[in-house]
Amino acid sequence: MTVPVTIRLQRDDFDLATESARLTGADTTIGAVVSFVGRCRGDEDGHAISALTLEHYPGMAEAEIARHVEEALTRWPLKGVTVIHRYGRIMPGDNIVLVLTASSHRQAAFAAAEFLMDYLKTRAPFWKSDERPDGDRNWIDARDADDDAAARWDSAAN
Amino acid sequence: MKVLYFAWVRERIGKAEETLEPPAAVRTVGDLIAWLASRGEEYAHAFERPQVIRAAIDQTHVRSDTAIAGAREIALFPPMTGG
Repeated sequence: MTVPVTIRLQRDDFDLATESARLTGADTTIGAVVSFVGRCRGDEDGHAISALTLEHYPGMAEAEIARHVEEALTRWPLKGVTVIHRYGRIMPGDNIVLVLTASSHRQAAFAAAEFLMDYLKTRAPFWKSDERPDGDRNWIDARDADDDAAARWDSAAN
Repeated sequence: MKVLYFAWVRERIGKAEETLEPPAAVRTVGDLIAWLASRGEEYAHAFERPQVIRAAIDQTHVRSDTAIAGAREIALFPPMTGG
């Protein structure tokens, strides 16, 4: 049986309820859907920001997300996965990323959603720059904590 | 081969992509970065800390010791900050 997988990169916002309903459809074997929504904060490293701009590598971004979804499907008994990542200019409070994982039971759905987010942070080719209220623009630095979070899956025997 | 740049690497170099034919002695991704860094001030600035530069060959992540022979598209970029 093929597990439904949706991967989309888009400028526009997404709707959690719509995507969740689309993922589960009429499949009554799904007992758990975990959703993660990443949002744009109004501050970064202690200073206010007025917007974020996300740049991506078209083609590779989709391919890299697909590779990690494939890996999640081999690690956990999932019944469906949706990953939507926005690019372009995003305002504080707006959505950036959606990960939905569906499974019969919650453990697989929770673990797979966390796995996918940890890899999206460190391996999917996206780069954020912020705009400050004074008009200054800065590229956001990668965090060691994100690398550490992704690295723990390398040795995890699930 | 086509070489793509992203984020601050792109901004420092001042272009998003270019087609290059590096000399035969440029065998690995690390060699390519060192060769590019010698091509002018803007490249030297983009690659002043080569150890932080990440690379992909034909849209797959690679390490700096990976050979570039046969590559159609090589991308060079800073550590990723998506999600």
